[in-house]
Amino acid sequence: MKYMLILASNPADEPAPDSAEFGPYMNEWGVYSSALNDVGAMVAGEALHGVEAATTVQIRDGQRIVTDGPFIESKEVIGGFYVIDVANLDEALDWAAKIPNAHFGTVEVRPVMEFDD
Amino acid sequence: MTADPVADVFRTEWPRLVATLLRDVGDLGLAEDAAQDAFLAATRHWPTRGTPDQPAAWLLTTARRKAIDRLRNVSRHDHHLAALAQPTGTVVDGEPDNSLVDDPDRDDHLLDDQLALLLGCCHPALSPEAQVALTLRAVAGLSTAQIAHAFFVSESAMTRRLTRSKTKIRTAGIPFEKPDLATLRLRVPAVCGVIYSIFTEGHSSATDASLVRGDLCDEAIWLGELLATLIADDAEVAGLLALMLLIDARRATRLDNGAAVLLAEQDRSRWNTHTIARGLAELARAHSLRSGGMFQFQAAVAALHATAPSFEATDWAGIVGLYDVMLRRQPSALIALNRAIAVAQRDGPELGLAALDAIPLADDLDGDLDGYVHFHHARAEALADMGRHTESRTAFRRAIELSTSPAQQVHLRRRADALP
Repeated sequence: MKYMLILASNPADEPAPDSAEFGPYMNEWGVYSSALNDVGAMVAGEALHGVEAATTVQIRDGQRIVTDGPFIESKEVIGGFYVIDVANLDEALDWAAKIPNAHFGTVEVRPVMEFDD
Repeated sequence: MTADPVADVFRTEWPRLVATLLRDVGDLGLAEDAAQDAFLAATRHWPTRGTPDQPAAWLLTTARRKAIDRLRNVSRHDHHLAALAQPTGTVVDGEPDNSLVDDPDRDDHLLDDQLALLLGCCHPALSPEAQVALTLRAVAGLSTAQIAHAFFVSESAMTRRLTRSKTKIRTAGIPFEKPDLATLRLRVPAVCGVIYSIFTEGHSSATDASLVRGDLCDEAIWLGELLATLIADDAEVAGLLALMLLIDARRATRLDNGAAVLLAEQDRSRWNTHTIARGLAELARAHSLRSGGMFQFQAAVAALHATAPSFEATDWAGIVGLYDVMLRRQPSALIALNRAIAVAQRDGPELGLAALDAIPLADDLDGDLDGYVHFHHARAEALADMGRHTESRTAFRRAIELSTSPAQQVHLRRRADALP
């Protein structure tokens, strides 16, 4: 079954690029991605640029509305995602628990819809 | 055998049937429906054709056939269809498949399947209300109407709740499998929590005028016994069962003519000695297993009450000691409250009141007692014992305001009116 792990955290809680913790922190992500690849569970995984680079699009009354910023204003923002292919929810939850920023952020685990062709 | 052979076996065979079917078909809703179909068929056939020698085999064969019938209408379940059609023995029209009961590992499989069923129903991905409803439906075999009635919601609301949770199980892939030992240990507390919440709901319902809904207590105790059968070496599982039995032993004495009767006034000769004995045995088993947990400690308190000849002769020092241990593990205002009530009995009302009033001032306790009826009731009793009747009346009034149980309100009003 495919799940998307949606990673949300407050950017202020992440180690700053110039801090001593940053290198080891980045290393954790590399280790995590490798682990997913090793067992063949990785489908996709990307880090996203911050909300300062976000733009929203909506069509209302036939009008295209483009706005600077994210969909929801909040301290916790979506910073990245993984799509993994595992046997069941428990395996997905185990992988979610291992994500480096699960310690201070939140991981939402959502099943990906499968459509019969 | 009584006059209702189906009812005789329902209790034990329902969860076994659902659990086995679930392993066969992989879908909880289908497993429940097929089990339901099989029991309905039994109520039609057994009275006229006689009860089968192997009721379990008859039920399983019938349920599998019913499941196949249902699956034939839904093509995407082809792989389940194939699994069901595997020959496990010949099925002659209406005859039971005895190869199922001849399986030497059948008992182990049944235990594993029922454990998988129970754990799945209590999975943390489901909301607490959904866990309770699903456990009562799939494991205890209560009807949707019965569960709705027990929790004061409409039947359609409860149906929706159950359907939503089964949909989530399917779409999110919540597994119903016996996990490895380490995962099992992590998941058992949640199951204990669900069972205990069913018991508490039945034991002291805040809104039901009859105060004790015995049916829910019976279901919870039965679930606790099932859990203890499935997991025989867990001290908290044994502690939970002991706690429920020891509290439930007092059931007959807790209500009198619409008024709540508290521990001090209960007629101890009407406590169920057989249930107390069972509770004490479970507690001893818990003690023998490993270091204690919260259910075990609470059961130990209940045991001290159950074995005391009178309220006055209760081992209050022992009870305070147990609450001391509990507080160290879980610094909650509620535990501190129960401790303070015991302190009042051990040391007198002055020290009891001091202990009570210290709770809101403590900064290391979780929870706020200001809106809690028992806190104000305890203060009212301590103040009354100290002759501070005006303050006692005020505290009783506050407790009555906060109470949502008519039976409790009757008792509180009587106590307040009895003040000089």
